[in-house]
This record gives sequence, C-alpha cells and structure tokens, in this order.
Amino acid sequence: MKKRPVYLDLPRIRLPLPGIVSILHRVSGAWLLVAGIPVLLYAVSRSLASPETYAAMKATVSHPLWKLVLLSLLWSYLHHFCAGIRYLLLDIHRGIELAPARRSSAIVLVVSLALTLILGARLW
Amino acid sequence: MTRRYAVGAHYGLMDWLVQRLSAVVMALYTVLLLAIVLWNGGLDYALWTNLFAHDGFRLASFLFMVSLLYHAWIGARDILMDYIKPAGIRLLLETIIVVLLIVYLGWTLQILWGSA
Repeated sequence: MKKRPVYLDLPRIRLPLPGIVSILHRVSGAWLLVAGIPVLLYAVSRSLASPETYAAMKATVSHPLWKLVLLSLLWSYLHHFCAGIRYLLLDIHRGIELAPARRSSAIVLVVSLALTLILGARLW
Repeated sequence: MTRRYAVGAHYGLMDWLVQRLSAVVMALYTVLLLAIVLWNGGLDYALWTNLFAHDGFRLASFLFMVSLLYHAWIGARDILMDYIKPAGIRLLLETIIVVLLIVYLGWTLQILWGSA
C-alpha cells in the first residue's frame, strides 16, 4: 500500500464550523446510544408504573446531578436533531455551496444550544 | 443482497436509506409528542398513562423505538468503522452494541405490552 502523509496533531487541527457540527453529531449520537436510551426507557417505565413512581421520578430528575445528565442528553438530542435536518437538506442538495453550508452549521450550533436553554429552563 | 461481510465497509445504499427514513420517523414522533403535551398545557400522570393506554400511541412509540435502535446501529457501526482499525476489536465492540440494542428492544416491548 502507498505511504500517505498523515497530519494528526490533534491540538493543531482547526476544524471548520461544519466539521465541528459533524464531530458533535457523532459525539451526541454515541452519548444518546449509551446513556440516552437507557435513561429514556427507565424514566418511561418508572413514570408509567404508578402515581407514586411518577412522583418519585419527578423528584429524582430535580436532583442537581441528574439535571446535569438530563441537560447533556437534551442538548445531545437537539443537536443531533438539528444537525440531522441539515444533513437531510444537504442530501437533497439544499445549501450545498460553501457559504450556505457554513451558515447552516452555525445555525445548527446556535439553535440547538438556544433550544436546550429554553427547554431546560421550562422543564425546571 | 449479494455478499455480506461480518466486518468492513460496502454495506451499501440500503443502510444509508434506512438511516434517513428512521430519522424522519423519529422527527415526526418527536413533533407529535411535543404537540400533544403543548396542546394539553403540560404533562401529568393522568395524561401520560392515558396516552400509553392508547393502542395507536403504543404502536407509534414502538415504531419510534425500532427506528431509533436501527438508526443507532448504523451510526455506531459507522463510528467504529472509522476509528477502530483492528477487525477483531471492532467485531467485539459491534457485538456488544448489537446485544445492547437487543436488550433495549426487549425492555421497550416489556414497557409497551408487558404485564408489569
């Protein structure tokens, strides 16, 4: 196999904005897989079992440590959601030029963070 | 379908398409759930259990979960293919994820149609 030059000095690599959105799409997806799905299933099963377990679940999620986990999952879901819609649009060749692609990646970052703050504030 | 390998790339167009279709299913379910909660001015135990007593909602939730698990598998496999080069370790990690997803599926069925 041909030897290719490799440049992987991680602190020196400067990802463009769409690259940041892309890697965060992966990070958020992985976090949702290992933490998001079990937390979701556990919360749904406890909250449906009885009025007491529903109330207990509400008490649990107001614990500061749980709030932190849930906020990270909320952001992960929202970022994954917004970035996913951007990828679907890119798939059908919407906003595929350099400038619109940069702009839409900035929009994804800002909107998902803003929605996390708004929904987070509303939930607690 | 012609040849399938246990590990490696070239799984093809089908997974690419399923990844996108499942994303659309999940997005629609998310909007539906959000609309129900907003329509009722918030969520309480009565609304929550009534919702899950409804066969249509349970079916929609099941469709959401199946989409989620398949979507998660394609995404996880893509990540592992990119970063984990030794085939043995990658196969091991893929196996762990498949088992995890099957456990999630069983848990889902138990929540939606189990007796407890």
